[in-house]
Amino acid sequence: MNIVVLVKQVPDSGLVRQLDAQLRVDRNGANNVMGELDEYAVEAALQLKEAHGGEVTVLTLGPDQATETVRKTLAMGADKAVHVSDEAVAGSDALATSKILAAALGRLEWDLVIAGAESTDSGMGVMPHLLAARTGAAAATGARKIEIDGDAITVEHQRDDGYDVLTAALPAIVSVWDTINTPRYPSLKGIMAAKRKTVETLTVADLGIDPGEVGAGAATTEVLTATDRPERTAGQIVTDEGEGGRRLAEFLAAEKFI
Amino acid sequence: MADILVYVPEAGKHAAEVLTLARSLGDVTAIAFDDRSASLASEYGAAKVYRASAEGADDHFVDPKAAVLTDLARKAEPDAFLLPSTDEGKALAARLAVALDNGFLTDVTGLDAEGTATQEIFAGATVTTSKVTKGFTLATVKAGAAAAEPAPSEPVVETVEAETAEADKRVRVVERVDEPAGDRPGLSEADVVVSGGRGVGSAEDFALIERVADALGGAVGASRAATDAGYYPHKFQVGQTGTTVSPQLYVAAGISGAIQHRAGMQTSKVIVAVNKDADAPIFGMADFGVVGDLFAVLPQVLEEAEKRK
Ligand SMILES: Cc1cc2nc3c(=O)[nH]c(=O)nc-3n(C[C@H](O)[C@H](O)[C@H](O)COP(=O)(O)OP(=O)(O)OC[C@H]3O[C@@H](n4cnc5c(N)ncnc54)[C@H](O)[C@@H]3O)c2cc1C
Ligand SMILES: Nc1ncnc2c1ncn2[C@@H]1O[C@H](COP(=O)(O)O)[C@@H](O)[C@H]1O
Repeated sequence: MNIVVLVKQVPDSGLVRQLDAQLRVDRNGANNVMGELDEYAVEAALQLKEAHGGEVTVLTLGPDQATETVRKTLAMGADKAVHVSDEAVAGSDALATSKILAAALGRLEWDLVIAGAESTDSGMGVMPHLLAARTGAAAATGARKIEIDGDAITVEHQRDDGYDVLTAALPAIVSVWDTINTPRYPSLKGIMAAKRKTVETLTVADLGIDPGEVGAGAATTEVLTATDRPERTAGQIVTDEGEGGRRLAEFLAAEKFI
Repeated sequence: MADILVYVPEAGKHAAEVLTLARSLGDVTAIAFDDRSASLASEYGAAKVYRASAEGADDHFVDPKAAVLTDLARKAEPDAFLLPSTDEGKALAARLAVALDNGFLTDVTGLDAEGTATQEIFAGATVTTSKVTKGFTLATVKAGAAAAEPAPSEPVVETVEAETAEADKRVRVVERVDEPAGDRPGLSEADVVVSGGRGVGSAEDFALIERVADALGGAVGASRAATDAGYYPHKFQVGQTGTTVSPQLYVAAGISGAIQHRAGMQTSKVIVAVNKDADAPIFGMADFGVVGDLFAVLPQVLEEAEKRK
């Protein structure tokens, strides 16, 4: 079974993140890491490969520095990678991104695509469905569990108040939450092995897409303004010396919560 | 006046908010796949309701409804099409965007009559305004974007019965398993949320957090450190990778206030923190904070709450 994992490099969410002068995510000033949930997607792919055989290919669309993220996935155990990198892509919206990723998927042989349920920077959580619409594959998203049996896939789609069991015939596109597994760390051996794995670097023209169809010029949405939210400021802080709970209760009573 | 299409997936607070927001922008035409959603639409002022049914929509994921919504959007040619920002709402918006080659925005927290939407990015640290520049304003609306206000109407009802193409029956829903939160309100809709973090220390001790939540009539939440440690089920996680809450009162007990946790609760109206570390970042955003041991502070709160009943 051949699996493609979608990973995206994002600015570290634990540090300050900002938009640049063009109101795009600033990737130069940031510490860039693999999207949090994408690590779970890689792990899910590796586990399925271990159980069912086949090959795991990583696909990413992003600037040159995203090779670091690609290397990490190869060190975790992915077999090879495709990295679409092109100046023309800057400023692309989700629709254009999906056009490029769908074209890249069209060049690969796959039974299953695994993505993160949402990226850590845009957080839209739409890419798997955009790709399903473009490729015609089944989409069973938001998984906390995936099972493969022959050419059938069963997914537990996580909801706030329970889960739905979804089944589909492959090929399928799934996305995963962090409840699905615990991602492995790359081993030293894995890091060494990664150096010998192939990373194919492509431009959008290589994918048969006119660069004018993507990037800022072709965007279907526009960011007009960006403002930093004023930080919340601290109110009254008391130290408990035996009366802390009572003081808190008084506050809650004054605010009419008790 | 502008024509606004609204997808009403269920008769809940979130859908009522989207209907209320839509009403402030123009004439609302709601799309409902069941009677309760249809009556919610009339309770919240829809001028027209498409009472839709699609064969197989109940036991297939996303595709059958996506086909119906696409057809209705083509037919209605709306100025805006709003859906609640849920997993399903976003999936449907993505399908519509590709099918109609139309730009779209997700998780908008506001929208004006010119189609300018507000969104919060980077865990809420930055607020942006954006517009769809290709096609109509297609957007998913985040919970809490508007206060739901009823405005009963007598909408024109048009029945839509759609057949579903075989290709749209690709993903079957074979089972729905509900894991209700008991008698407590749902996390994302609760007026009060009481959350415990790593500082609670064990699954057994989360009973104290539950007791405080019950005393305040609230829901229980947890930090990721607490859910990862198995103190409380994962679905109660508040934060960037969990649920975003915006209650009247948020109580954080034994939670340090990491940026990813703050992302999920910083728009709460009143924030209260109990933490034994005076330097915990959570105090920087708390309206009232107690530096102290939560096992000493919270029982005293319970006692006082009991007295004031
Ligand atoms: C990409 C990414 C996404 C993430 N998403 C989320 C998310 O959605 N939600 C989330 O919560 N986190 C998330 N995290 C994790 C986040 O960074 C923190 O690790 C986490 O929030 C810490 O939880 P905590 O405050 O309970 O634990 P800690 O940071 O360990 O804090 C525990 C606190 O409890 C206090 N304490 C201990 N004992 C007591 C006591 N007896 N009485 C009072 N206080 C006590 C301590 O002083 C300390 O401040 C994410 C991280 C990453 C990298
Ligand atoms: N540029 C990209 N390259 C590769 N995968 C992506 C890209 N953007 C999004 N994805 C995948 O789609 C998931 C959801 O992304 P999003 O819809 O942006 O929240 C991510 O977790 C990735 O797995």
